[in-house]
Amino acid sequence: MIPAPFDYLAPTTVEEALAALGQHGDDAKILAGGQSLLPVLRMRLNAPEVVIDLGKIHSLRGIRDDGDALVIGAMTQHSVVEHDPLVAEHATLISKAVEHLADHQIRHRGTFGGALAHADPAGDLGAPALALEAQFVIAGPAGTRTVAADDFFVDLFETAIGEDEILTEIRVPKHTGWGATYEKFVRVAHQWPIVAVAATVRVEGGTIAEARIGLTNMGSTPLRARAVEAALVGQPATEDAVRAAAAHAAEGTNPPSDLNGEAAYRAHLATVLVRRAVLSAAGTT
Amino acid sequence: MTRINLTVDGSKVSDDVEPRMLLVQYLREKLGKTGTVIGCDTSNCGACTVHLDGTSVKSCNVLAVQADGSEVTTIEGLAQDGELHQVQKSFRECHGLQCGFCTPGMIMQSVDLLKENPHPTEQEIRVGLEGNLCRCTGYHNIVKSVQHAAAQGGAQ
Ligand SMILES: Cc1cc2nc3c(=O)[nH]c(=O)nc-3n(C[C@H](O)[C@H](O)[C@H](O)COP(=O)(O)OP(=O)(O)OC[C@H]3O[C@@H](n4cnc5c(N)ncnc54)[C@H](O)[C@@H]3O)c2cc1C
Ligand code: FES
Ligand code: FES
Repeated sequence: MIPAPFDYLAPTTVEEALAALGQHGDDAKILAGGQSLLPVLRMRLNAPEVVIDLGKIHSLRGIRDDGDALVIGAMTQHSVVEHDPLVAEHATLISKAVEHLADHQIRHRGTFGGALAHADPAGDLGAPALALEAQFVIAGPAGTRTVAADDFFVDLFETAIGEDEILTEIRVPKHTGWGATYEKFVRVAHQWPIVAVAATVRVEGGTIAEARIGLTNMGSTPLRARAVEAALVGQPATEDAVRAAAAHAAEGTNPPSDLNGEAAYRAHLATVLVRRAVLSAAGTT
Repeated sequence: MTRINLTVDGSKVSDDVEPRMLLVQYLREKLGKTGTVIGCDTSNCGACTVHLDGTSVKSCNVLAVQADGSEVTTIEGLAQDGELHQVQKSFRECHGLQCGFCTPGMIMQSVDLLKENPHPTEQEIRVGLEGNLCRCTGYHNIVKSVQHAAAQGGAQ
């Protein structure tokens, strides 16, 4: 199927894009890489009157070092993030998650900001963004504001980005020297995760000094496994200690039940994947 | 209608298109390049894979207007001066196809894969082709074809 007809705008600056959004309001939809939006339009699940393509706004692309944070432009393609040496060094968790997102062709088009703005609870980037305590820079008619990861994901496919706003960049605090693993559980190739765990830890002399754990597809938004984080701190990075902490993985979650698995199955999966992810991130396996 | 200018298989083209027109439709219906095929409705199968500014994309999941100003290479533009690309030769040599429907996409993705990684392991080939589905071959001879192409210097 092909999309219903729409008018097409391709602004070259964020200001122009905001003006277009302001003018068309509800009737407009932003197009980033199109890897989630085009399937939606083709299935006629949505039929905006105007599509505003951010593809020609070059200032939204690229990754830069900004002292204690990396700044990733919203329109930076997954494949660029995947191979970026700064991301590999300072935000290893993101490199690990992007590597397993979709397939090569989709990663060449889909963007970092587009995936986060889409806020699919099964999307692979929300949990790493939460775990790394990323900050979301959002431009609107009244200027620019910054939203913490904890406040960015509101509900299923819903974020803090207002209808007249655009996500411009994502600031990721550097986690240099932290070990990281993204454990994605799928049954067939290039599928969204049934459950996935994003874990990054700082180990000091065999002891877990700090830990951040994000969960994918364990509720209507990505979630932080704070009980696990608290239980890990000060523990040795051993199988037994990590297993005990991982038992808290499903606390406070509300996993869906669908054809891929019941909620109880997902809760069990989360404990297994948290254990594997933390042990691997700590370099124990 | 929106005006687009792009280069397809080495030729400059310019057209007025409906913004909702998909790149794959543009290639097939406007330019008659039916070598690029449509195998699904969900952007899963990879049969429609082409190169957009040198990297592989699923042309059913790109609007023609998004390709404005870009360079597109389809399976029809891979052969040079009447000589098949090494990856095309290897698919023929190793019998990397049965019905052939997935083949244009498999070959375009394999070319992209070899450009990034000229000497992939078997596992790297399988992962590199994970966005391309084949209903016939069980992938065995496809993987062999890519290994053959790599051995022949197919990355060029
Ligand atoms: C076959 C297939 C497999 C996939 N597998 C996975 C997978 O395993 N894991 C995974 O995480 N994802 C997967 N995806 C989705 C992929 O990650 C998409 O690239 C991503 O979700 C959307 O990014 P995009 O740039 O293409 O955004 P688009 O599709 O262009 O936009 C997505 C949504 O976000 C909004 N939006 C985009 N950018 C902005 C912005 N800057 N400001 C405000 N709003 C914005 C759009 O209006 C739209 O509603 C898959 C997609 C396909 C087709
Ligand atoms: S037709 Fe494009 S992925 Fe199937
Ligand atoms: S050869 Fe028939 S689908 Fe691959």
